[in-house]
Amino acid sequence: MKKHKTKHSDHLVAPLAKARGLGSTHHGSGQWMAERVSALVILPLVFWLTWSVVHMGHDYASFTAWLHQPLNALLMILTLLPMFYHSAYGVIVVIEDYVHGTAMRFISVYGVKLVSLVLTIISVVSILKIAFTG
Amino acid sequence: MRERPLSPHLMIYRWTITMAMSILHRATGVALSIGTLMLVWMLAAAALGEDTFTQFADFAGSLTGQVLLFGWSVALFYHALNGLRHLAWDVGFGFEIKTAKMSGIVVLIATAVMTAILWCGILCK
Repeated sequence: MKKHKTKHSDHLVAPLAKARGLGSTHHGSGQWMAERVSALVILPLVFWLTWSVVHMGHDYASFTAWLHQPLNALLMILTLLPMFYHSAYGVIVVIEDYVHGTAMRFISVYGVKLVSLVLTIISVVSILKIAFTG
Repeated sequence: MRERPLSPHLMIYRWTITMAMSILHRATGVALSIGTLMLVWMLAAAALGEDTFTQFADFAGSLTGQVLLFGWSVALFYHALNGLRHLAWDVGFGFEIKTAKMSGIVVLIATAVMTAILWCGILCK
């Protein structure tokens, strides 16, 4: 009886390896999960950032002095990396819902990825420059 | 007697708070993504030197800049708080219509309160 049950479920349940990468966007659930995990990472950091904006001075000297502190520079990078990821994949989900046609969808999805990558690099380089040179 | 709706009637519907907040979550998400440009501008301007940063600071302090930053902060708090609501749904909490409506109203009130606290903190200094 037990042997029969095992055999039966073998036919009904697809191995995880087969299910991964399927679905309409061909990414399975990995990206869905990554969007939520990045949201959880950003959440406390966003409140840290808004708190800092209230407390820091808004002129050049105060802002660079604030970012010159290693902890602030580190937290800023740790905020921006998941933020650009979350933002890019959020916009891509919207594109996948509303943009039709393979070519247009391909161009807009990769356009968002490219822009997001460029913005990430500019931000991180800027932060590191201020952090190390003041 | 009031006319009753027929079953598949996709063009006739009444807005509900859950519906409006759902599309607003997307709208604020897209707006925030575009808003990251301002953040990048701020960082790059600061890295380039005092003159470029002052250009940014002047824009941020102008009426257009302040309106944009205000909208940015509303969108940020709304998206963050409503995102918490979505995360709760993702793990299976709060699906009852009454609960979903209540949590929506809580998010709207909390967004207003947090935006008020933030701008009080900035402007009352």
